[in-house]
Amino acid sequence: MSATYTIPVGPVHVGLKEPVTAWLELDGERIVDAKVRPGAIHRGIEFMARERNPIQVIYLSERICGICSFSHVLCFIRAIEDLANLSVPIRAQYIRTLLLELERLHSHLLWSGVACYTIGFDSAFHLGMQMRERVMDVLELLSGNRVNYGVATFGGVRWDVTPELVKAARGMIRYYRREFGPFREIVMEDPVAQARMRNVGVLTRDDAVRYSATGPTARASGLRVDIRKSSPYEAYADIPVEPVVPQDYFGAARGDVLDRFAVRVLEVYQSLDILETVLDGLPEGPIVAEPNLNKVLASLKKADGTGWGIIEAPRGDNTHIVRLKGGDDNVSWWKVRAPTYANAVSWPLMFRGNELADAPLIINSIDPCISCMERMMVTDGRNAGVVTKADLLKRCRQKTFDMRANGFEGGAER
Amino acid sequence: MTSIFFILFLKIFVGLALLALVVALALLFDGADRVVHARMQRRVGPPLLQPVYDIVKLMGKENIVPRRASRFFFTLAPWLALVVTLMIFLYIPVGSARAVLGTEGDMILIVYLLAMGALVMAIGGFASGNPIANIGAGREITLMMSYEFPLAMVISTLAWVAYRSGMPGPPFSLETFASVSVWTAVGEVGDFGLMCLFLSLAFVVPGETGKGPMDIPEAKTEILDGLIIEYSGVNLALLKITFALRSFAISAFMTSLFVPASLAGLLGVGGFFIAVFDFLFFWVKVFVVQMIFVTLMRTSFGRLKIWQASQFYVMRVAGLSVTGMILLSIDIMTR
Repeated sequence: MSATYTIPVGPVHVGLKEPVTAWLELDGERIVDAKVRPGAIHRGIEFMARERNPIQVIYLSERICGICSFSHVLCFIRAIEDLANLSVPIRAQYIRTLLLELERLHSHLLWSGVACYTIGFDSAFHLGMQMRERVMDVLELLSGNRVNYGVATFGGVRWDVTPELVKAARGMIRYYRREFGPFREIVMEDPVAQARMRNVGVLTRDDAVRYSATGPTARASGLRVDIRKSSPYEAYADIPVEPVVPQDYFGAARGDVLDRFAVRVLEVYQSLDILETVLDGLPEGPIVAEPNLNKVLASLKKADGTGWGIIEAPRGDNTHIVRLKGGDDNVSWWKVRAPTYANAVSWPLMFRGNELADAPLIINSIDPCISCMERMMVTDGRNAGVVTKADLLKRCRQKTFDMRANGFEGGAER
Repeated sequence: MTSIFFILFLKIFVGLALLALVVALALLFDGADRVVHARMQRRVGPPLLQPVYDIVKLMGKENIVPRRASRFFFTLAPWLALVVTLMIFLYIPVGSARAVLGTEGDMILIVYLLAMGALVMAIGGFASGNPIANIGAGREITLMMSYEFPLAMVISTLAWVAYRSGMPGPPFSLETFASVSVWTAVGEVGDFGLMCLFLSLAFVVPGETGKGPMDIPEAKTEILDGLIIEYSGVNLALLKITFALRSFAISAFMTSLFVPASLAGLLGVGGFFIAVFDFLFFWVKVFVVQMIFVTLMRTSFGRLKIWQASQFYVMRVAGLSVTGMILLSIDIMTR
C-alpha cells in the first residue's frame, strides 16, 4: 500500500501556539511531503504604521509579538536612531541589554515548557510556565508591565534600574541557576525526551546555510552565528558572547530538535551570565539623551533617509528597515523581518521523512510566535464572576504598586 | 432451601450494586489522579469530583454523529466498550469476598475483556470516518498487539506457578491468587522472577490505560485526542467512564495478582467485620497501585511514538517477562 493521504496540522491545533497550517502528505504515519501555509494571523501592522508618527509606532511595534516585544521595539528604535543619527547614553545601552537578555530568558523558558508539552510531558510544561513567572516579575518591577514593557524610547530608555531591581534580578539569577536544572536533565538524560527529539526534524548545516536559518535554529545546525558577537550592538561590545553550538557540548551538531532544545537551554545559562555582567558593570549617567519627546519628534520630522536595525532576538535575527521622508510626520515605510520568517522556510525540509507524531514538535522547534489573549474569566468556584478588562488592568496596576511599595519577594513561590 | 433463582437474583443484585460502586470509585479515583497529578506539578488542580461534573455535563450535551461515520458502529462502540470494561469487575475478587461470577470466568477472560475494550474503541474510531481518528485507532491496535504478549506471558507463567507449587484452587482463577500470596509460593530465585513479571505488568498498565508515556492513541498535541475526536455528548461521557474504568480495572487486576495482602489472610480467620474491612482495604490497595503505576508514570514521562512504544513492549517488556518465566521455571524445577 503506497497510497498517501493528506492531513492538516492547524490552522488551530492543540500542539501549536500560533495559527499556521501544515498540510502533511502521509503514508501511514510517515510524512512524505509537507506544505506550510501561513497567513491566518496577518494584521497589517506595517500598513498601520504609515498613519502614525515614529513615537506612536514604538508602541505599535511592541504589539508585533508578545514574547519578543522588546526586540521589535529596539530594532525599530535602532533603525530610527540609525537614520537620524541619535546617540544613546551608555547607561541606557546597558539597560537595553538587560531587557534583551531578560526577554531571551523569558522566551527560552516559555519555549522549553511548550516543547515538553508538545511531546506530552506536561509536568515540565507546568514547571516552565511557573519558572517564567519570576522573570516576568522582574520585568514588571522594572517597567510595570509583564509583556509589552514600554521601556525603550528614541535615544535611551524610559525607566531606570533601581537598587531594588538589581537585588531582585540577582535573586532571580540565583533562582534560575538553582531551579532550571530539570530542563538541562531533560536535554541530557531523560530517555523519553531523547527518544522523541533525537534525529527528529533534522536541518543539516548546509541546508541551514542554504535556507538562511537564523538564531538558535541555525546554531543547532552547527553554525557559529550570533549577531551579539559578529556585529555587537548596545552593550554587547563590552560583554563577550560566544555562540552556543551543540558541537561544543555533544561533540557533533546534528541539527535535530534535541539540539535546538539544548541550544536554548544552554543559552538560558548564558543569558544569566550576561545579566550578571550587565548588573555588575552598570555605568552611572543619564538614561535618555533627550527627555523631551516633542523635541525628538521635531528632529525626526526633519530626518530623511533609510535606517536599519538588526539585532539577535531570542528566536534569531530580527531586522527592521524604516524610511522617513523629510518634512513628513509619519513613517514613510517600514519593513519588519521577524526571525520566524527566515526559519519557517526550512519547515518542509525538517518534515520530510519524519512522522505525524513529530509534526507539532517540528513546527514548535523553531519557536514560532504566539498570540495573546485580552479577556478571561476568573472564578474561585463559589464566588464566580466575570472580570472585565478594566478590572484586570486595575488589579495588574495594584500588584505593581504593591510590589514596588513592599519590595520584591520572589514571584514563583507566591 | 435456597433455590437457584434466589442465588441468581442475589448475584444480579450484588453484581449491580458492585458495578455502581465501581463506576463511582473509578470516577473518584480519576479525580484523585488529576488532583495528585496537579499537585505533583505544583498546580492546584481540579475539584475531586471534576470527572463526575464532566460526565453530568456531557450527558446533557448534543450527541453528534458525523455525516461520514458508520452510524451503527460509531454509536455501538462506546456502549460496548463500557459494558465489556464493567464486566471485568464481575470476575475480580474484592478483598476476601468472592468475585460475583468468579466461578464463571478466570484471568484469561479478563485479558480478553481488556483487549476487547481496546478493540471496540478502535472500531469506534475507524467508524467515525475521520482520518485523525483512523490514525488513533490504528495506533490503539498496534499498541494492543504489542502489550498483549507480555501480558499473556505474565498470566500464563503465574498460572503455571500456581499449578506446580500447589496453590489451592484452579490455576487460572484470580481467586487463587487473592487467597494465597504468590510471593510465598516460590523461593528466592522465584522472587526475582516474580519481580520481573510484576514490572512487566507495571509497564503494561500505561498501555492498557492509554495514559502516561503510552497515551499515543489519544495524543492531544499530535492527533487531537485521536480516536475519540468525533465523539460528543453521551457517547463521549461513556468513553470517559470507560477510560476511568480501564485504569481502575487494570489496577484492581494487578492488585489481586501481586498484592493480595488482607486481614483475613493475615489472621487466618473469617468473620463479617474482617470481610468488610478487607473489602474496603482492597480499594485502598487499588488506589495505591493506580497512583504509582498510572499517576506517577504519567507525571514523570513524556509521550513515546507508536513504533517506539511498540518496540518497547515487543523487545524490552517481553524480554523482561520471559526472564521472569525462566527464573520462575528454574525456581520450581530445582525445588
